[in-house]
Amino acid sequence: MLTTSLHQMHLDAGAKMVPFAGYEMPVNYPLGIKKEHLHTRNNAGLFDVSHMGQIKLTGSGVKEALESLVPVDIIDLPLMKLRYALFTNEHGGVIDDLMVTNLGDNSLFLVVNAACKDVDFEHLKKEIGTDCNVEYLDDMDLLALQGPKAFTVLERLTPEVDDMKFMTAKYIDINGIKCMVSRSGYTGEDGFEISLPSKHAEELARLLISDDAVEWVGLGARDSLRLEAGLSLYGHELDPYHSPVESSLTWALSSVRRTGGIRHGGYLGDKVIMNHLDKGVKNKVVGIKPEGRMPVRDGALIEDESGTEVGKVTSGGFGPSLEKPIAIARVRIKSIDNKSKLFALVRGKKIPIEIVKLPFVKQNYFRG
Amino acid sequence: MSIKFSEDHEWVEPKGDDMVVIGITDFAQEQLGDLVYVELPEAGDECSRGENISVIESVKAASDLVAPVSGTIVEVNGRLEDEPELVTEDSMGEGWFIKVKLSSPEELDDLMDESAYKNFIEE
Repeated sequence: MLTTSLHQMHLDAGAKMVPFAGYEMPVNYPLGIKKEHLHTRNNAGLFDVSHMGQIKLTGSGVKEALESLVPVDIIDLPLMKLRYALFTNEHGGVIDDLMVTNLGDNSLFLVVNAACKDVDFEHLKKEIGTDCNVEYLDDMDLLALQGPKAFTVLERLTPEVDDMKFMTAKYIDINGIKCMVSRSGYTGEDGFEISLPSKHAEELARLLISDDAVEWVGLGARDSLRLEAGLSLYGHELDPYHSPVESSLTWALSSVRRTGGIRHGGYLGDKVIMNHLDKGVKNKVVGIKPEGRMPVRDGALIEDESGTEVGKVTSGGFGPSLEKPIAIARVRIKSIDNKSKLFALVRGKKIPIEIVKLPFVKQNYFRG
Repeated sequence: MSIKFSEDHEWVEPKGDDMVVIGITDFAQEQLGDLVYVELPEAGDECSRGENISVIESVKAASDLVAPVSGTIVEVNGRLEDEPELVTEDSMGEGWFIKVKLSSPEELDDLMDESAYKNFIEE
């Protein structure tokens, strides 16, 4: 089992460790998932997400090369800006989702899912062409500081974050440590992700956690936070069998890469995805509020009144900020449009559900 | 007779007349984390040892409560439906799950006493 360089620090903090994507990772600390979740919503949570894959692409045609693998505009991605992207397969399905940062000097920085990073790396090596160097940054860690107090906490360490807006990045020296800081995250809150050399990760983590506003937050709350924020998770809302359109990620597909765009198509599965965009699809991904207190979890089937299966829950659990069970599901558009009464099946019981717009909580990104 | 424990981390407290109160141990509730929902059986239901009789939902996952003994469920702790946190706060008291009239009282002999259970969870 792999560990991150903060492993001992997590154990010392009393973390409960679980296997995740080949790593032993903290699922929660003594505070517990609910309180860690609420602390992030109200103060600031510190997450070790060093298990995620950090990849650097370099080469003269690097932007064009990455564009050949994602249905997203990379060529016009401004310097030190981030963009959400998806690696597609030849059937228009999704291999992984990722964040792309334009570092300038023909370099792009990618953050990919831990569980997909080996597949992504091989995919890049195989598909991106010979002009592009693919470097896996295995000596880098990634810390996320998330929540309404994240800015104040980080500003105490460096005033350099003052002018940063959501989805921008900056090289910043924090206490002499060279960091690549982005104003981004996976909680729906304002916050930062900090990529830095592994050998300095503990030093920065100690600085951040010493702030009274900051608590360690584990993968358990990371999942409930992203669920409330309506953010997709690979292997749940995204998979190799559904196009981004069928996962309601149409917003992530840049207009220049769509039918009629100046650089339309030109990525794996382009025909399927453009066809889905142009003609529409039968399913969409929506929020679910089950009646009562019983959580409706991943894999639960959704039926209409006549007992016809019309969907499936992709992620489900409990939203500590709402004090209610919540879920995300892929559902037949027809059954949503005609306002059918819908039910989720849990252990043979039919739980009435309400279809709602995502996210469940307001996103608090700092857009300036 | 003193309180007994199962390998599935339930406590069973004999109350006389073949009646027992059943709940989950502190160790179990700590492992589960914050509870958000408890699905209880109904009073009057029969249960047999090893059968799943209740579902305990934490933020992360659903787990089964396995009947540690056989008998008739005579009472359930209905408060848990609205206040699952009682289990976290007081697992051996207010957070009890069910009362059972034993059909095979000798099954109690197969359960662990407190010191045996302590050794069991330390393994």
